[in-house]
Amino acid sequence: MTTERWDNDPVLTVEHVTMRFGGLVAVNDLTFKAGRGDITALIGPNGAGKTTVFNCITGFYKPTMGRLDLAHRDGTRYMLERMPDFKISGKAKVARTFQNIRLFSGMTLLENLLVAQHNALMVASGMTVGGILGIGGYRAKEKEAMERAKYWLDKIRLTARADDPAGDLPYGAQRRLEIARAMCTGPELLCLDEPAAGLNPRESAELNELLLGIRDTERTSLLLIEHDMSVVMEISDHVVVLEYGTKISDGTPAFVQNDPRVIAAYLGVDDEEVEKVEKQLDVLTGEAG
Amino acid sequence: MTDTAHATSRPGPDYAKAAKDALLAGIIALGIFGPLVGLKTEQNMSNELIVRNDMASALIIVAIVMAGRFLLSAFVFPRMGARGKKPTVANAIDEGVKPDRTKLYARLGLLLLFLYPIIVVSLLGFQGSLKWVDNFGIQILIYVMLGWGLNIVVGLAGLLDLGYVAFYAVGAYSYALLAINFDLSFWVLLPVAGILAAMWGVILGFPVLRLRGDYLAIVTLAFGEIIRLVLINFRELTNGSAGISSIPKVTLFGIPFDASPDGFAKMFDLPLSSAYYKIFLYYLILLLALLTAYVTIRLRRMPIGRAWEALREDEVACRSLGINTTNTKLTAFAIGAMFAGFAGSFFAARQGFVSPESFVFMESAVIVAIVVLGGMGSMIGVAVAAAAMIGGTELLRELTFLKAVFGPEFNPDQYRMLLFGLAMVGIMIWRPRGFVSARQPTAFLFERKAVSGSLVKEGHG
Amino acid sequence: MEIFLQQLINGITLGSIYGLIAIGYTMVFGIIGMVNFAHGDVFMVSAFIALIFFLVLTTWLGIASVALALFLVLIIAMVLTGLLSWSIERIAYRPLRGSFRLAPLISAIGMSIVLSNFIQVAQGPRNKPTPPMVRDVIVLTDSNGYAVTLSYKQIIIMVTTAVLLAAFWYVVQKTPLGRAQRACEQDRKMAALLGVNVDRTISLTFVMGAALAAVAGTMYLMYYGVVNFSDGFVPGVKAFTAAVLGGIGSLPGAVLGGLLIGLIETFWSGYFSIDYKDVAAFSILAIVLIFMPQGILGRPEVEKV
Repeated sequence: MTTERWDNDPVLTVEHVTMRFGGLVAVNDLTFKAGRGDITALIGPNGAGKTTVFNCITGFYKPTMGRLDLAHRDGTRYMLERMPDFKISGKAKVARTFQNIRLFSGMTLLENLLVAQHNALMVASGMTVGGILGIGGYRAKEKEAMERAKYWLDKIRLTARADDPAGDLPYGAQRRLEIARAMCTGPELLCLDEPAAGLNPRESAELNELLLGIRDTERTSLLLIEHDMSVVMEISDHVVVLEYGTKISDGTPAFVQNDPRVIAAYLGVDDEEVEKVEKQLDVLTGEAG
Repeated sequence: MTDTAHATSRPGPDYAKAAKDALLAGIIALGIFGPLVGLKTEQNMSNELIVRNDMASALIIVAIVMAGRFLLSAFVFPRMGARGKKPTVANAIDEGVKPDRTKLYARLGLLLLFLYPIIVVSLLGFQGSLKWVDNFGIQILIYVMLGWGLNIVVGLAGLLDLGYVAFYAVGAYSYALLAINFDLSFWVLLPVAGILAAMWGVILGFPVLRLRGDYLAIVTLAFGEIIRLVLINFRELTNGSAGISSIPKVTLFGIPFDASPDGFAKMFDLPLSSAYYKIFLYYLILLLALLTAYVTIRLRRMPIGRAWEALREDEVACRSLGINTTNTKLTAFAIGAMFAGFAGSFFAARQGFVSPESFVFMESAVIVAIVVLGGMGSMIGVAVAAAAMIGGTELLRELTFLKAVFGPEFNPDQYRMLLFGLAMVGIMIWRPRGFVSARQPTAFLFERKAVSGSLVKEGHG
Repeated sequence: MEIFLQQLINGITLGSIYGLIAIGYTMVFGIIGMVNFAHGDVFMVSAFIALIFFLVLTTWLGIASVALALFLVLIIAMVLTGLLSWSIERIAYRPLRGSFRLAPLISAIGMSIVLSNFIQVAQGPRNKPTPPMVRDVIVLTDSNGYAVTLSYKQIIIMVTTAVLLAAFWYVVQKTPLGRAQRACEQDRKMAALLGVNVDRTISLTFVMGAALAAVAGTMYLMYYGVVNFSDGFVPGVKAFTAAVLGGIGSLPGAVLGGLLIGLIETFWSGYFSIDYKDVAAFSILAIVLIFMPQGILGRPEVEKV
């Protein structure tokens, strides 16, 4: 077993995480690491438990068992499984997007991005009291927040629509805005739940560019769930494959792509082929054992 | 295409269908109003309950229902159908109001509010103005203030609070009890009442804020009722249903409004009149209401205000952005409650008397109705709704000429709440999002554009 | 022990009335997800209808048999209250279906104000006392001067409630109407696509709820012998509490919740203080919603992310 890059400096370490809903085991003893500065993709067929993993990482669910360890660049560590969701995003700096976009649709694009900077602005406004009375450096801070919002609007090429309500945007733009909003929280790890779903090929290419930009310019690590294999293969540095809540493969895109278990589980095969692959697998595991 | 074709080749009114509809409506109306209006239960001389036949009144109502239904079926509905799926009138108005126009209206309205007592006094004299300043001016402004206070909770944070009147009661009783027992002045007790109400907001808010949807509404209703029932039953402190009387009046920086030598009238050598005190109270509540408005407008542009609105739009997304939703909701609850506390202490000082009767659920319902009818989140809408609903129903008291029509027994006052309820239903059907549904953004890069009400969410609570 | 037994009997009687009203809340909430705030006032109006027709039947038409009069009054009240509720749904709720969520609630509160004030105007603001309709009581035990009694009216209330609930249960479980209702509860759009007349089903749900409220109204009038235009609010809120306590959307839950609220109220009055009995009921509502929002027999709501 060779040590991969993500083993040396992981931003997120998932250890033996299990999530049960009543009798259903959605995630079963999952262990993987996401490297700092990597784009890590979590893939698997429908119902494999990918979104559940996301919800455990971001605190919307508490895992039944297991540990989730987040390490900042400065060495601070956070035990995510013990933190409430808003602290995971606020303190541990894990941002996320949602499978079915959750924008503040009645607020403008600019407002969406300002809300994302809530915690910083809250402190600057002296917990509102200073802001109301007009003392303290709130004005300057708000200006700064506007600049940051503008920076991200430029990045997602929606500056011209800054004062329009988010609900008015076309689908693809809403996805980009959701990513920009998550980035405005200044995250260490950005979790994207199917960012390419419903995008046309051009939008999909733009998205790849945006994500690579986030990795390289912002130095933010990314964890993404994706069905679109072209996106996964093109941009990810590391792929983890889930099936029925269990990890079946973990490695570089090239490695995973050629893993027979992944081919069988994920890409789908005829029944006879499954048998063939299973036989091969038996042989393989037999050899390994 | 078929729509337009249909619209242009629209045949004349279908009278046969309309007649059928009217007949059906008549039968239903007869079933409902026949017994409830036509058969009156009354007590006779020997205190027995008897039924008096008043079928004539019932038949008049049935006839009105039938005529109304006929007109609707024959003329109104076909026309509405022909207008089709085009953007509704409501939408057109949304887009039509430019922000700068709104600002102009707001300024004009403000000017009118400040001049109102002067206008009334110059038209009707001091004595004649009493009713108009007190029953209309002060009464409406109390509800405007309550509406604006609740607007923070319902309109901005999207938390439906059906027990808001409890905080009004806390403010009123705080002032009444502390003023009587500790002889403190209104100006000291005003902030105290606000703080106490805010504290109760936090105490009651804390357990209920994880509830969703209508459940939050019902629990706040329950809390409102509990506070009222405690006020009734905790006789040692509150004197029960009898209430607390002779609550001290407000003074103008120590100058009392009474007939004493250092009273207001004597001091300025004016003839004695209760109108000065009323006018003073009018300006006091106007300033309190404007304080509410000012704080709300400032808060909306603060991070906390944006977080409230974001909470109304999507709570899950808020949590994913690191916003502590519990604290955010609690601040909304507390600040809303604080303004109710201010209004409550004003109310106690104005009436000189408080009793649990003033804080029934119906009051909460009226305030919520004002906020929703005005358009959630819109300050001007809420003010207009308060003026229309409270002023409109107060006006009914004035319709004494109707006695000439319906006979001396007729008392327009008793129809007040009936019409209020009907107006609530009617306005909801006419404009489900209230008078002003467009939302003004709190920040902009290039230009401030109103957000159409159809995109703004109403919150889950 | 005597107090216990007596309060148990009284509690079940009261609980039957609450349960009957609670079904109306739970059915409407189940099918369109709305708190029908006017339901308590529909109950109050039904008691007035019962009062009016009881007087008409006994004094105008001279029906001497109280049993026959009560039976006829019950039928008439159910029909007319159903009609009233149908009209309310048609006028005040249907135009708002699928719009802004608060609109139907505000409309319902408006309707509740309209109903109580309409009765106040039409029938006068005073209490309406009726002479006792059924007087007989059975003395169960009598020791130390404290007699535990079971009155005929209590028996009538319990039996009527049980019979009507059985009939109602049959309708909901075994008839096409019940099936349509359950389909609409699950997914209104899909039900419509599969040929269920959704509007009609919802209307009939309102009518059924109102008919049961009319039974409760008639029983209330018979039990207490007095009714007032403002009598809708408190029983309405308590019945809603019952529906929530049992698990809103669940029919057996509504009945169970009604019985529990009735028992809690009577036992609280019997052992602690009558003054605070409503505080007890409201506190239970708050406590249940805070700690057990799905109620006793309801399904927990899972938040999807």
